[in-house]
Amino acid sequence: MNFKMKSHLMDELALKRTITRLAFEIVERCKGTENMRIIGIRTRGEFLAKRIARKIEEVEGVSIQVGILDTVMYRDDFRIKKQLPAIELTDIPFEVDGKILVLVDDVIYTGRTIRAAMDALMDFGRPSAIQLAVLIDRGHRELPIKADYIGKNVPTSDNEEVRVRMKESDGKDEILLVEVDQ
Amino acid sequence: MNLSIKHLFGLEGVPKEDIDSILDTAFSFREVLERPIKKVPTLKGVTVVNLFFENSTRTRISFELAEKRLSADTVNFSAASSSLTKGESLRDTIQNLFAMKMDVVVMRHPVPGSVKLLAQFVDAVIINAGDGTHEHPTQALLDMMSIKEKYGSLNGLNVAIIGDIRHSRVALSNIFGLKTMGANVLLCGPPTFIPYGVESLGVKVTYNLDEALGFADVVNILRIQRERQGKGQIPSLREYRNVYGVTQQRLSKLKRPITIMHPGPINRGVEVDSDVADSEHSIILHQVLNGVAVRMSILYLLAGGR
Repeated sequence: MNFKMKSHLMDELALKRTITRLAFEIVERCKGTENMRIIGIRTRGEFLAKRIARKIEEVEGVSIQVGILDTVMYRDDFRIKKQLPAIELTDIPFEVDGKILVLVDDVIYTGRTIRAAMDALMDFGRPSAIQLAVLIDRGHRELPIKADYIGKNVPTSDNEEVRVRMKESDGKDEILLVEVDQ
Repeated sequence: MNLSIKHLFGLEGVPKEDIDSILDTAFSFREVLERPIKKVPTLKGVTVVNLFFENSTRTRISFELAEKRLSADTVNFSAASSSLTKGESLRDTIQNLFAMKMDVVVMRHPVPGSVKLLAQFVDAVIINAGDGTHEHPTQALLDMMSIKEKYGSLNGLNVAIIGDIRHSRVALSNIFGLKTMGANVLLCGPPTFIPYGVESLGVKVTYNLDEALGFADVVNILRIQRERQGKGQIPSLREYRNVYGVTQQRLSKLKRPITIMHPGPINRGVEVDSDVADSEHSIILHQVLNGVAVRMSILYLLAGGR
């Protein structure tokens, strides 16, 4: 699969500022941190969730627990994919009953991952609300799902992809828009 | 993530990469068993038939739970209440069952190799739940998962398997799996229970229990099948206990504590004493929980794409 660079969406500094803004928005909208819990969707959503949590801790002077969610068990595409996706550990180390859960993912596209994530969270109890924070909203939703906190809206076409690279997994922070030959 | 194997007949010849995938996925599934709602939709629409031609409590319930936790539909079949008693052949029974569209079959059968025969006339994923004295691969996988949970890795660990090796499918599957994963395996039991030439599988043998306990990081103690006494294989249960029973007295002579495992059902006071089986170094109940997780993992990895 070949791809060519279309544009550079964010560099390290822009990503840092975006995370700071998302952190402030989340605290403001949840009216503090007492009833709020952050859950990152594997893989890069986990890193983002941890960075957002660290930012909130810095600003509010509290400690924030972060949950990690793997959505593979709830996916709807086993039958149409050739390669079976690996199932990794989910770790939600707190009660979710009555809490506002802020789901964090890097890119929202069709909305199917978020559907799977919401189904998964419901199996942990009854949160008072689930909200969604994403770094990039690239459009093309196939389900009626909308993010509450958005880093950047990026109109895309179907043959484009958003590549999010983060220090934790890729050695550096950058977000690229690329065009893919199918 | 796809395994190189299509069915799980046994662990003989199963590559290390496959065993690693099965164990890693099993740890992820075990988390599901600790949730308030212990069910995921992963195998929705997949039908599994549990064909049990031999009695089983633990393995059968464990498989059934694993299937239900994954939202698969399950059908249970036990030989005693089936048309086999009316004279229908095994092949006809199974072909009729599969005409009803099954995706996966979990089979326990007294004849070694019966699972491979089954694969020749049905188009389904086949999982061996014990074929005679041959293999019991899911038991060995849950044993390895339990060891890995405690030690982080199997490579270089010393594992002693104690008891009736000759009639044990658990022992054979463990030998294949543990050797593939790089563990050192020592077998221990009376000579009548050690198969001739077993060293060719890359294991060592001793007839001295204290030597086996001194060697081991982990001991896997097999059940003494009571029906074997009085047939010239062991003189009596009491004598077996005196020579091969794992007791606190023997363990207290060791320099370091060792981990105690048993596939169940336990004959307390024969192959192992109660205070040993229930001690802080015993992981017997972890084995039972891990059994459900490992079976979920295998079901997902073999039937997930169907």
